[in-house]
Amino acid sequence: MSEIKTDAFLDLRGVMCPINFVKTKLKLETMGEGEVLELVIDDGEPIQNVPKSIKEEGHKIVEVKKEKEGFFRLKIQKG
Amino acid sequence: MADRFIEDKSTKVAVNLEGMGEKVDFNDLKSGGFIKQRQKDLFVVRLRCPGGRLSTKKLVEIAKIADKYSKKGVVHFSFRQSLEILYVDYKEFNNIVAELEKIGQKVASCGPRVRVPTACGGCEYNPNGLTDTQKMAEMVDQKFFGTPTPHKFKTSFSGCPIDCARTKEMDFGFQGVVEPVWDEPLCTGCTICAQACKEDAIVSDPDSGKPIFDPNKCIFCGDCIRACPTESWKAKRYGHTVRIGGKHGRHPMEAVEVCQFLPDEKVAEAIQKTVEWYNANGKRGERIGNTLKRVGLKAYLDYMEPVFKSGSHPSFKAPGK
Repeated sequence: MSEIKTDAFLDLRGVMCPINFVKTKLKLETMGEGEVLELVIDDGEPIQNVPKSIKEEGHKIVEVKKEKEGFFRLKIQKG
Repeated sequence: MADRFIEDKSTKVAVNLEGMGEKVDFNDLKSGGFIKQRQKDLFVVRLRCPGGRLSTKKLVEIAKIADKYSKKGVVHFSFRQSLEILYVDYKEFNNIVAELEKIGQKVASCGPRVRVPTACGGCEYNPNGLTDTQKMAEMVDQKFFGTPTPHKFKTSFSGCPIDCARTKEMDFGFQGVVEPVWDEPLCTGCTICAQACKEDAIVSDPDSGKPIFDPNKCIFCGDCIRACPTESWKAKRYGHTVRIGGKHGRHPMEAVEVCQFLPDEKVAEAIQKTVEWYNANGKRGERIGNTLKRVGLKAYLDYMEPVFKSGSHPSFKAPGK
């Protein structure tokens, strides 16, 4: 699978729910439709909640990578 | 002996229609909703608010009426989500009922009958919601409110297994569930579903990252479906876990599950038949949970078979595929 090109990046490690989602939402609002945001979020509660909420807002999660150090790298395409 | 199970006798006295000594037309008040207070001549007027939902316009009008008739200017949110106007003089029942009628607000009930259903927000706006609990509560209220039963008959609707509407404590409760199915070709092995599942029903394969599903642990909440980025986890069907025989009060009892994945359109029939069975088998002053203990659950399940066969057996486990 070829690397998906990203247009913006947000590191939300250490940011609690639901602030991490709010920050994601605000970032996505500054972006154009179809652009891709790369997101780094923690294991545990954030990974349980953030992808669900992103989907509910009509965006598409195009890539998910689990990093060994206990966090996830997501790529989200703005819907 | 049976008297031990009759609750609220001393504290919630329905209005005695003959004993009021006033020219009050009680034709509309037969199902109660007027609860005597400690204070002489004063009553609580309990409104009928299925699911605890009110339009803002109606709420404003209720507020005006409450302000006019409550001698102390207070209302109370009842434990079953209905608004109660406190400190109302019984001599003004006619007037307050007429004014409430004008804005389309009915008075609730007390005593041995089907009560106003309670419900959580449901799938309309709550992200966890799997069933339209508000719509169901309204339907049940329309169809069954005030139907006489041997003792009180409380129903509730929860939209998901978190069960905020406490279906486990109801005479008859309905809790939303969803059956998840996994479509392998769409799965990228991202492991989010295993993270999202709070029941450890999904673990990720260490090599492929793909889910390994344990049907014994799945409680049908749908967290995997909502979390899955690729729609690999899907909803096969939605429905209700049906519970019967619960109560709180002095001697609480936990309800038992009698049907899994009962579809929306069978809920009215389930209540209809259950009330029929309760009226045929229950003793006066006996909650349905105690009737079931006395008569046996099997007799009830046999009676309900034509309805419950639309769902699955209570022990149903999702195959996951």
